Amino acid sequence: MAASGKSALLRHKDLQRAWCNPPGWGRLAAVNHSIIGRRFILTALAFFAIGGLLAMLLRAQLATSRSAFVGPEIYNQFFTMHGTVMMFLFAIPLFEGLAMYLLPKMLGSRDMAFPRLSAYGYWCYVLGGSILVVALAIGYAPDSGWFMYTPLSSKPYTPGINSDVWLIGITFVEISAISAAVEIAVSILRIRTGGMSLQRLPIFAWYMLVTAFMILVGFPPLILGSILLEVERAFGWPFFDPTRGGDPLLWQHLFWMFGHPEVYIIFLPAAGAISTILPVLSRQRLIGYSWLVASIIALGFISFGLWVHHMFTTGLPHLSLAFFSAASLLVVIPTSVQIFSWLATLVMGRPQLKLPMLYILGFFFVFVMGGLTGVMVGVVPFDWQAHDTHFVVAHLHYVLVGGFVFPMLAAAYYWLPRFTGRQAQHRLGLVAFWLIFLGFHGTFFLMHLTGLRGMPRRIFTYPVEMNWDVLNLISSMGSFVMAAGFALFVVDIILQLRFAPRSCRNPWQADTLEWTVPGPVPLYNFAALPHIRSRYPLKAQSGLALKLATGDGYLPEVRHGWMETLSVDMVSGRPDQIVLLPKPTYLPFFAALATAVFFLGALFKIYGLALAGLATAMTLFLVWAWHSGLQRDYGALPAGLGLSLPLHAETERPPAWWAMAFTLVADGTMFASLLFGGIFLLVVTPGEVQPAIASGAAMWLDIVIIGLLAGAVFAMRRTVRAVATPAPRQRLIGIAFVQQLLAAALLVYLIRAAPDAKAHAVHALSTAMLWYLALHVMVALVMTGFTIARGRCGYISATRSAEPRILLLWYTYVALAGLIGLALLRLISPVAP
Amino acid sequence: MLPLLGTGCDGPLSSLDPASPQASAVADLWWIMLVGSGLVFLLVMTLLTLAFTSARRYLRRPHAIYILGGGLVFPATVLSVLLAYALFTGERLLADPARPAALRVQAMAAQWQWTFRYASGIEMSDRLVLPAGQPVDIAISSQDVIHSFWIPRLGGKIDALPGRIHVMRIISEQVGTYAGACAEFCGLNHAGMYFTVEVVPLAEFETVLRQAMDETRSN
Repeated sequence: MAASGKSALLRHKDLQRAWCNPPGWGRLAAVNHSIIGRRFILTALAFFAIGGLLAMLLRAQLATSRSAFVGPEIYNQFFTMHGTVMMFLFAIPLFEGLAMYLLPKMLGSRDMAFPRLSAYGYWCYVLGGSILVVALAIGYAPDSGWFMYTPLSSKPYTPGINSDVWLIGITFVEISAISAAVEIAVSILRIRTGGMSLQRLPIFAWYMLVTAFMILVGFPPLILGSILLEVERAFGWPFFDPTRGGDPLLWQHLFWMFGHPEVYIIFLPAAGAISTILPVLSRQRLIGYSWLVASIIALGFISFGLWVHHMFTTGLPHLSLAFFSAASLLVVIPTSVQIFSWLATLVMGRPQLKLPMLYILGFFFVFVMGGLTGVMVGVVPFDWQAHDTHFVVAHLHYVLVGGFVFPMLAAAYYWLPRFTGRQAQHRLGLVAFWLIFLGFHGTFFLMHLTGLRGMPRRIFTYPVEMNWDVLNLISSMGSFVMAAGFALFVVDIILQLRFAPRSCRNPWQADTLEWTVPGPVPLYNFAALPHIRSRYPLKAQSGLALKLATGDGYLPEVRHGWMETLSVDMVSGRPDQIVLLPKPTYLPFFAALATAVFFLGALFKIYGLALAGLATAMTLFLVWAWHSGLQRDYGALPAGLGLSLPLHAETERPPAWWAMAFTLVADGTMFASLLFGGIFLLVVTPGEVQPAIASGAAMWLDIVIIGLLAGAVFAMRRTVRAVATPAPRQRLIGIAFVQQLLAAALLVYLIRAAPDAKAHAVHALSTAMLWYLALHVMVALVMTGFTIARGRCGYISATRSAEPRILLLWYTYVALAGLIGLALLRLISPVAP
Repeated sequence: MLPLLGTGCDGPLSSLDPASPQASAVADLWWIMLVGSGLVFLLVMTLLTLAFTSARRYLRRPHAIYILGGGLVFPATVLSVLLAYALFTGERLLADPARPAALRVQAMAAQWQWTFRYASGIEMSDRLVLPAGQPVDIAISSQDVIHSFWIPRLGGKIDALPGRIHVMRIISEQVGTYAGACAEFCGLNHAGMYFTVEVVPLAEFETVLRQAMDETRSN
């Protein structure tokens, strides 16, 4: 069914009909990646404005000694919220939005793998962020600093709701980070167009792939830490309370296991933008593609071995300080590989000083300085002086503004014609650049000296004798120049959206697929999906855009009103499935609202309401899952260019299987963090260890639970094998259900028999472990019940076997977690009952 | 808030105005790293600037020179030297176990003041008196939240954690008055949690200490 006689216009109309999105209130039902990506970006910019406003208030307060502008109560909320907003509500959502908007267009696909999940993540982000902003507006914002060190953030020292707002609001927002990471990883690995092997992957996709995996491994420790701290605050389980066997350092470890990779999670997408833009504007292919791929993967790994360099002053053994200091310096190497391959690309090419390039030069200037001061604070003896002073404040702004904001501004000017279909105009943008660049250095350059002269972080006032007045006044003035630059940038973008003349399709002569998409961007991106023969398809395959518009490619026809895209073999890029994408639906919006009810219930300690919200959200997820899949087999369908492919529901490993696998990576990291907590309390925390499991609970109970979970795995494996024959299949899955039910009952018994979790941190941690296992078994029960119903209604067949396979993944994970978790509890409690 | 302190132009909390061997070692480290960083920065900026001029044709070298030479060998060499020097400096800053401390002072932090207790039972708030030229061990802990004990002109900082005791060795050779601060954010009055350190000749130490305690009491 290659290029039929249909004209490009008629083809466009067919696709438009299948992909249209309802207007008015129907906008809440949008799931399309271009729409959701744009919303993420605009919302992130709104939060950037809030964070920036807070920064200006902070600088106004610090401009002079003994300033009477605000008191510490307000100031502490301001700086806590400035950091929180910029990290969680601006930086991460901004690059998630950019990735969602660009990736399908770069990968030659029509959407991300899970459009409803993108929409759900977006609503979680908006609602979670709103909790924080509303709290700020009414004066109940978090005020213990954005890393929420205990015991300052725990109940005795922050009795109000402030810390709860942070823990609950941020955990709510993290849902969107984790869901976006799963989605980005699966989309890059599976949802590409034909011929796009891993070697031909656009470099930006490599960066986002590594970023996505880093989020999956980097965020769970913080999510776990936040849950534990909230449970400590709400129910008195003393995980971090040193008076009851807990340890404030455990919080710091969990926080920085997230917090350090976080810096690279923010830097990598920005570096990906540079690796995309810089070669185009240098009229030279990127030099060292493979080296860059290797170095970002290396960066991903090394960044998880550095977290302790935020804790050099916490009295850790000197040998471990030396190790983490060496690791902190080691991470410089993959970063320099990138810097030097960019320099080589510039030197070998003929670089043009267009506006995006100017912002990239700003990046080089600022980020290299931030990297050099980073080496300095990685050196332990120097860090003992610089830590927690304004030197570190200056350093981190050089890294984050240099390594994220400047590249994102370059990206904004580079991709703006892609968003708007209008020409790039560069007059106001130039003025904005100089205001931001000079204002930035005005604010932060001399701040290094302020720090070396001893000004600690997070003080709301300082005495005149300290001799910090002049330096602070300069910083404050610089910050207002910088703010004017950002305001001008916003004005510039708005003017360009309205008045710039229409652009040609590929104004930069770029070589990635997003520039073949017509402007304004249609929701389906491509009228037909291209077959790729090069890493630089626009250079290698001339006239590609026109060919696609006339339907010369994969999936050119609309059938049954379906929205279709390709899925490919991960490595070779050979197409292997047709993925049916979901139509617009309100389910993600209402599921996010129900999730908000859960979090608000937890925040205001109305736990009945919280449970009702959770139950509603779960029900909506099940409805959502019910709408996927097929009740009959279609067999191989024509996919264009002479190829016939099965629908994704008729394969063993559809994208959802991979989503489950990657979700388990995140879940497994959370479990590993819990294990780390247990071992930490056992080995590192001073004081005696208490027996964990009540003496009534005998060892044989553990063995029975593990046996039941293993038995369920066995039954589920046989279910998968017997998937073609309904009667034995449904019987086997029923057996698995009963085994899980018994395991759940025994785990609940263990929880009830466990010693009082409030008495000692080790009891609290053991009970948390049992709850972790019990909740996982309960989720297994819900999913098993769902799969039984799906089998009855004809959604499962010999070819449509993915659902039991996905369930098998979960079962296997739960059984392994049960084995390791219960063994750890025995380890904590060495005396056999 | 703070009594008059005899200071240079840098200010009483300046780590760039060191008054002890430890603080001097770190200040030297800073100046060395500053010069080194400045050179690296100049190198990158020169390459970057030349790339935008016709002079870039002289810089066209095989890719491996950039990626392996600039990206790998160059930082690996510079950083190895730096790490060796830093470890050496770090070891010098540690308490020499062969030389016992002449004095041990307990420093207990609380929101928002420091209490210093001497073995003789003397106890003072926000005021520490030390004998010059003697190694002193400060045993640092906290009663409530995390604080951080820091006298920039005498050396680096270490956190005061509830439930743990961290020992810091101080040798202050110059007689004088120094300022200390809490460096870890500890709540509402974090900005006011300063203390003073008086380093007095060994012969006068006991007398000054008693006087200081009497003054604190009469306050």
